[in-house]
Amino acid sequence: MIEVIYVLWLRQLKHYWRSKSRLLGSLGQPLLFLVTFVFGFGSMYTKASGGANYLDFLAPGIVSMSILFTAVFSGLEVIWDRQFGFLKETMVAPISRTEIMIGKTLGGATIAMIQGLIVLSLTYVLGFRIPSLVSLAFGLVFMFLIAIFFTGLGLAIASKMKDMQGFQLIMNFLIMPIFFLSGALFPLENLPQAIYFISRIDPLTYGVDGLRGAIAGMSTFGIYNDLAIIGLLSVLVCLIGAMLFSKIEA
Amino acid sequence: MQNILSVQSLTKKFDDFTAVKEISFNVETGSIFAFLGPNGAGKSTTIKMLTTVLKPTSGEITINGFNALKEQDQARASFGIVFQDPSLDEELTAYENIVYHAVVYKVPKKERAERIQKALEIVGLWDRREDYVKNYSGGMKRRLEIARALVHYPKILFLDEPTVGLDPQTRNSIWSHIKSLNKEKEMTIFLTTHYMEEAEAVADQIAIIDHGKIIESGTVEEIKERTETESLEEAFLKLTGRDIRDDNISGHKVGKIRGMKRRIRR
Repeated sequence: MIEVIYVLWLRQLKHYWRSKSRLLGSLGQPLLFLVTFVFGFGSMYTKASGGANYLDFLAPGIVSMSILFTAVFSGLEVIWDRQFGFLKETMVAPISRTEIMIGKTLGGATIAMIQGLIVLSLTYVLGFRIPSLVSLAFGLVFMFLIAIFFTGLGLAIASKMKDMQGFQLIMNFLIMPIFFLSGALFPLENLPQAIYFISRIDPLTYGVDGLRGAIAGMSTFGIYNDLAIIGLLSVLVCLIGAMLFSKIEA
Repeated sequence: MQNILSVQSLTKKFDDFTAVKEISFNVETGSIFAFLGPNGAGKSTTIKMLTTVLKPTSGEITINGFNALKEQDQARASFGIVFQDPSLDEELTAYENIVYHAVVYKVPKKERAERIQKALEIVGLWDRREDYVKNYSGGMKRRLEIARALVHYPKILFLDEPTVGLDPQTRNSIWSHIKSLNKEKEMTIFLTTHYMEEAEAVADQIAIIDHGKIIESGTVEEIKERTETESLEEAFLKLTGRDIRDDNISGHKVGKIRGMKRRIRR
């Protein structure tokens, strides 16, 4: 059981490690967001908030963003496996569909975590500081939960998709709104009713809020509430994913 | 003789189309069984059901004494499969592909290295084991897939068109591997192919499927006798007609290509 999960996990890490261009390319976007937003909105944010530093607010948001995108992509990789035929090899093996789901979720989540850690060190270069090791430990827990949830979500979606045709649809109508309405870039205050509502059912809202609470000391809901919500959602999405995987026909 | 594989009234319906209709057959332990049919006849759909990747609408499948619908994992551990389309991870090396297989098929750790080496040696790829699969030729990929399917010592090996698109040299070497596996390891072989002379040369038993039904079965001699023909290819054409079929992998659509009903000249 453990070894099966390990070999599934290892395969994904090898893929990640061997495509250096993907590794580097996916760092461009968070770096661009960090630099342009801090220089563009930094002084406005400081004035409006009465002296707070925008980088402290933004850094956890951008770390969450990079985890979100990497995790969803890793989950959606199953569609490539399907198109290149490798999925069949895994699906005819005498292993439970739950093992497949766990192995793939952990593999994708690990990659997303690595990506998140790289971005976190970029924020350090730009001047962002985490107050203590305990804060960092809490932060890592939130990063991991965000990674698990969104890899699981990507896998669940991929189990229902036959090819990459629907990819744009999912990016623009699901992943982008999840990102923009999560409070990663701006505080979720004084919003119109509809936007306010959507932001409250956005799973990433609680991930970002928890991470920000942990490493920057700013939280709207309280980090334990955030932890409960994102933890519960992660378990739920994995269960749904395992169920959908048991129904896959290659 | 015992039957390693037994199929009873197997049926698969897709929406409004029945790809496989109530087929039944047995495959004897240790035999080479050829499953033949024109494109779109229901071969691949049947293989997918036999190998548990597609759920039948109705019917029973027993592999190595296990119910393939209820005891899926035991049934899965009993067979090896080489799919019609490639199913390798091109971003891994040949060796990594086989290790992955050995682990998910729970080959005991102690025996792994030895079994993998043997399987790769059988297909002549041991020296190229560290190469990425994306750098392999079509024939090498095919041989690697066969080697991979052998690592967990399957009782029955499914080969869905194992020699399609390969040169005569590679085809020859693949068939001689397959025959020696059958003889020496007493491994049952279940194969599909469009090369009738290949089927004629290796198969102990043959079943011909068309429009989702088995229309003839028996040994090559029996089939030739019943159809009063000289070769399996003639028998096949006599039984299934000379119209060109639509080739559709998923099996959703099947039928004759309109306006293309010209005769094939031999």
